[in-house]
Amino acid sequence: MLKYSLALLLTLNLGAQAGGELRFCLRGDPKTFNPLLVEDENSETILYLTGGVLIRLNRYTQELEGELASKWKVSENGRRIDFDLRPNVLFSDGTPFSCEDVVYTMRQLMDPAMHSPAADTFRSTAGATESRCTGPASVMVRFPGPVAALAARFDEIGILSARSPHKEAAVLGPFTVAEYKPGVQVLLRRNPNYWKRDANGKQLPYLDAIRLDIQQNREIELLRFRRGELDMVNKLDPDMYDRLNTEMPHAVVDAGPSLDWEVVFFNQVAGAPLPDYKKRWFRSDGFRRAIWEAVNRDDLCRVVYRGHAKPAAGPVSISNHFWINTALKPPAYSVASAMGRLEHDGFHRSGDALFDREGHKVEFSMITNAGNKLHERALTLIQQDLAKVGIQLNIVILDFPSLIERISRSFNYESVLMAFTNIDLDPTDQMNIWLSSGANHQWNPNEKTPETAWEAEVDKLMQAQAASQDLKVRKANFDRVQEIVAEKAPILFLVNPNALSAVSANLKNVTPALLRPQIYWNAERLTIGTKYVSQR
Amino acid sequence: MLALLLRQVRRILVTALLGGLLGATLVRLGPGFGVDERELDNRLSEESRQAIRAEHAQDSNIALFYAHYLAGLAHGDLGFSRSLNRPVAELLKERLPLTLGSLAYGILGGASLGLALALLTVIWRAPGIDLAPTLVAGACLALPAAVIALLLLWMGAAGRWAIALVVFPHVYRYAKNLLMATYQSPHVLAAEAKGLSRVRVLFAHVCAPAVPQLAALAGISVSLAFGASIPIEVISDTPGIGQLAWKAALDRDLPLLVNITVLVALMTLVANGLADLALARWRPAQQTVAA
Amino acid sequence: MKRTQKIALGFLAVVALASLFAGVLAPSSYSEQFRDSISAAPSARFPLGTDELGRDRLARLLYGTRISLLLAPAAALLSTLIAAVIGGLAAYLGGRWELAITSGIDLFLSLPWLFLLLAVRALLPLNTSPVASVMITFLLLGCLGWATPARIIRAGTRTLLNADFLLEARACGVSSARLFWRHLLPNLRPILLAQFWISVPVFILSEANLGLLGLGIAEPLPSWGALLRELENYSAVLQNPWMLAPVVLLLAVVGCLQVVLRTEDQIPC
Repeated sequence: MLKYSLALLLTLNLGAQAGGELRFCLRGDPKTFNPLLVEDENSETILYLTGGVLIRLNRYTQELEGELASKWKVSENGRRIDFDLRPNVLFSDGTPFSCEDVVYTMRQLMDPAMHSPAADTFRSTAGATESRCTGPASVMVRFPGPVAALAARFDEIGILSARSPHKEAAVLGPFTVAEYKPGVQVLLRRNPNYWKRDANGKQLPYLDAIRLDIQQNREIELLRFRRGELDMVNKLDPDMYDRLNTEMPHAVVDAGPSLDWEVVFFNQVAGAPLPDYKKRWFRSDGFRRAIWEAVNRDDLCRVVYRGHAKPAAGPVSISNHFWINTALKPPAYSVASAMGRLEHDGFHRSGDALFDREGHKVEFSMITNAGNKLHERALTLIQQDLAKVGIQLNIVILDFPSLIERISRSFNYESVLMAFTNIDLDPTDQMNIWLSSGANHQWNPNEKTPETAWEAEVDKLMQAQAASQDLKVRKANFDRVQEIVAEKAPILFLVNPNALSAVSANLKNVTPALLRPQIYWNAERLTIGTKYVSQR
Repeated sequence: MLALLLRQVRRILVTALLGGLLGATLVRLGPGFGVDERELDNRLSEESRQAIRAEHAQDSNIALFYAHYLAGLAHGDLGFSRSLNRPVAELLKERLPLTLGSLAYGILGGASLGLALALLTVIWRAPGIDLAPTLVAGACLALPAAVIALLLLWMGAAGRWAIALVVFPHVYRYAKNLLMATYQSPHVLAAEAKGLSRVRVLFAHVCAPAVPQLAALAGISVSLAFGASIPIEVISDTPGIGQLAWKAALDRDLPLLVNITVLVALMTLVANGLADLALARWRPAQQTVAA
Repeated sequence: MKRTQKIALGFLAVVALASLFAGVLAPSSYSEQFRDSISAAPSARFPLGTDELGRDRLARLLYGTRISLLLAPAAALLSTLIAAVIGGLAAYLGGRWELAITSGIDLFLSLPWLFLLLAVRALLPLNTSPVASVMITFLLLGCLGWATPARIIRAGTRTLLNADFLLEARACGVSSARLFWRHLLPNLRPILLAQFWISVPVFILSEANLGLLGLGIAEPLPSWGALLRELENYSAVLQNPWMLAPVVLLLAVVGCLQVVLRTEDQIPC
C-alpha cells in the first residue's frame, strides 16, 4: 500500500513538472544560427525562441516590455538609449550575463563587414556607434543620428556572450538549440538557466522541448496536424482554413487582417524598355486610380481569400490601430467611375476594347510569382474585372528570381501583383519604399532626385517622421503620406489578408496575436496537456 | 581489358565535367541569375545591397567560375552553397545516401513489377490478359508523379514507391513488346516445333536474347527515376538530392547546380556504360543461342 | 480491327469531337467567372460543378482536352522522330560515332533544361498570346524530350541490324543512306509507336509540372495539366469527387490509345 502510494505521488510529481514537447514546422532549413545575421523566416523563428533580448514587443498587447533590461531610457532625440540590466542572469551554459555582453553584441552588430539587416535599421546616419558600460549593471548605446522607434528595434537583437567558449550557442532565451539535422528537424530544449519566472515563482519555460520539423509541403503539414503529429500550423491558406474548419472548428484561428499587403503597381521607370505610349498610361495618376476602382476588392476577399481578408485603403492595415489614417477608405468598386477617369484621361471605348487618345488598344501584362495559387487566382479575377472597362490584361506567371530581376534590374515589366510582408507596426520600416531614392520604391526605385512634386513631399514627410520622437508629430506626418498615396496611387493596395493558423486542443495558454509569431509569441508560457498554469 | 576500362572511365569523367560546364552556362544565361530575394528586404541599407550583389557577381564570369571549380574539385572542395549557407560536399554527403536508396528501391521495384507483369502476360498469352496491367501502367503514366507521391503518403507508404510506379510503366510496356516480338522469331517457332517445354522456350529462347535490350532499359531507368525523384522528394519533403536540385534551381545556386549536374551525368553515364557493357558481352551468347 | 479496338477508337473520336465542338456543348465559356457559385457541386446548370473561381468545370475540361489532345501528341511525335533519327543513327553508324552520340545523349539527359525553358520564357514578349505561348511550350518540350526514347530506340536498332532483310539489302548494293532511311527506320515502327504512346501522357504531365514554374499555359486557357494540378489538394478532392473528372478522362483516353495501338502486339496462339 505504501509502495503504491509512493509510486502514485512520484508519478503525479513528475507529471506536474514535465512540460511536454511542442511540435510544428519550419518551411525550410534555417540559414544561420547567428542572431546577428538572421534574414530568413526560419532563422527568425529560431532567434525568437532562443535569443535573449533587452526589450520585447509584446505581440499581443503591442506594448514594449523589458526583458534583459529592467528599465530603459531614450534621450538625445533618439540618438541614445540607456539600459538598466537585470541582475543574476546567466547564459544557457552558466556564463554570467553582464553589460559587457551588450557592448560586445552591439560592436559585432554594427560592424560594417557584418552587413546585418538588423543593424541597417539603426543606420539612419553614417558614422560610428558608441556602446559602453555605464555602471556594473547598466549600459548605453549612442548612434550617430536619431533612430525612429529606437527602443522597439532592440526586439530583434539577440544578445551574444562576450566570454562564453560556446559562442552563439550560449543563449539567454527560453530555449537552446539541442540538435540540428539538416533537412529534417531542429530540436530545441528548455534553457535550464532561463531567468524568467511566472507569478508563482516557477521557472519558465513550461515546455521541455520544441521540435521543429522541416516541411515545405503544406498539404503534408496539414495532414500531419490532422493526425495529431503537429500541435500547430503557423500560416494557413484560406482554402486549407476552410477545409480544416469543417472538420476541426475548434482548431482554426483567424486573428483578423494581418499587416501584409497584396498590391499591384505599374512600371514608372523612365528608362524602362516599354513603348512610350504605355509609359504614358502607367505614369498617369488618372489611369492608375481608374484601375484601382475597376478591381472588385470585395470579390477578391470573398472569392480568392474566402472571406479571410479585408479590402485595403493604403499602406497601413486596419489592424494597425495607431498608425492607420481612419479618414481614408478603400476606393469603392465602380466601373462607371473608372470609365469616367479613363475618359477624362483621353481614353475611349470602341466595342469591347479600350483605346488611348492615339488609337492604341489598351492591353498590358501583369506578372506575379509562380507557386502562389492565391496570386494566380487574384490575377484571373482582376483580368475579368478589367475586361469590363475594355482593358485586355495578359497574365504572366514567372518564377521568383525572374520576377525580381525584372522589377529591380532590367525593369522589363509592365505591372506586377505582389505580396509585401510587414513585420513592424512602425512606418519607419517602410522608409525604403516611400523615399524616392529608396531601392524598394518599387515602381521607380533609386531616383537621383524626386521626379514628381508629390514624391518630393513624401520624402520630406518620411524624413520628418523618422527624425521626430513625438508620436503625435510622426502620426500627423505619416497620415499625410497616406493621403498622398491614396490620391496618387503609385501602389494599388488591394487587400490585407487575415492571419490564419491552426492550433491543437492539446496546446494550452495560446492567445493568438496579430503580429508574428502569432501563436508562439509567448512560447515560454505554452504547455502541452490539461494542466492549468499561471497566465502571468 | 584494363586499358578499355580506363578509357571508359576517362570518357565518363570528361563527359560529366563537360556536362557541368554546359549546365553552369545554362544557369548563368537563364533569367534571374545573380538576383537575391534579400534585395526586397526594406531594412537593408544601400551598402548591404551592394555587398549582396557583389557576392553574386563573383560567379558571373562562367569560365573563371568553372576554372575555380575544377581547381577546387582537384582538392576535394566542391564549393559553397549560398542558398543553404553550407559547403556543397557536406550537403551531398548527407543527402546522397537517401536518394540512392530511394532510386535503388524505385528502379528495382519498378523493373521487377514491370518485368513480372510482362512475363505473366507472355506466359499466359490469352487474349485480353494484358488489359489489366496495361491499364494500370496507363494510370501510372497518366497521374503526375506529385499526385502519386501524395496518394502514397496519404496511405502511409514511403515516397520512394512512387518512383517505382513511375518506372514500371516504361519497363512493362517495353519488356512486353520486346518479349512478344521475340516470341514471333523463327528460332522460337523452331524450338517449339522441336517439342521443347514452354518454360524452356520462354527462358532460354525468348528471355535470353532479349536480355541485352532489357539491359539498355536499365540505363534509361536511372534518368527516369532521377527525374521523377525531384517532384517526389519535393512533395514528400524527403531531404535528398532531388529536393536539393529543386531548391538550387529556384535559388539559382550555381555551385550546387553544377555539382548536381556533374553527379547526375556521372550516374547516367555509369549506368548506361554498364548497360552497354552488358549488351556487348551478351551478343556473342545471343548468336550462339540463335544458331 | 477487333471489337475492343473499334470501341476504343469510337470513344477517342467522341472525345475529339466533343472537344472540337466545346463551344456548342459547354453551357458557358471556359473563362467566365460565376462569382456567386464558387466551388459549386454538379447541377443542371454546371454538370461538373464549378472551380474555385466559379468557372464551369465542364467547359474547362472540354477546352482543355482540345489543347492537350492536339499539342501533346504533336510534341510526342516530334520527340519520337528526333529520337528515331538520333538513336537509329547511333546504332547504325556504330564504333566511335555510336560512343560519341550516346555520350551526347547521356549528357543531354543530365543537363538542367529548366533554365533553357526559363530563358525562352524570358525572351518571349510579355504580351505573347496564350495560344502562342502554349504552342512554343509544347514545341520546346518536344525538342527536349527525345533523349530517353533515343536510348531505347538505339538498343532496338542494334538488334535489327542483324536482321536478314537488311543483310539482303546490303548484299544488293543499297547505299548506306537509303538503307537507313528506307529500310531501317520504317522497321522500327513498333518501338517508335510504343515510345510515342508513352510520351503523350508524359508531355501532358510535363506541361502540368511546368505550371509550377510559371512556364505552363497562361490563364485563362485551361489545360489538362492545370486541371490535374488541382488534385494536389487531395482533401478537397475527397470532399468534391467530381474534381476527378479530368483524371478519369485522361486515363480513359490513354487506355483507349493503348488499345488502339495494340495492332502490333498480337500474340500467336
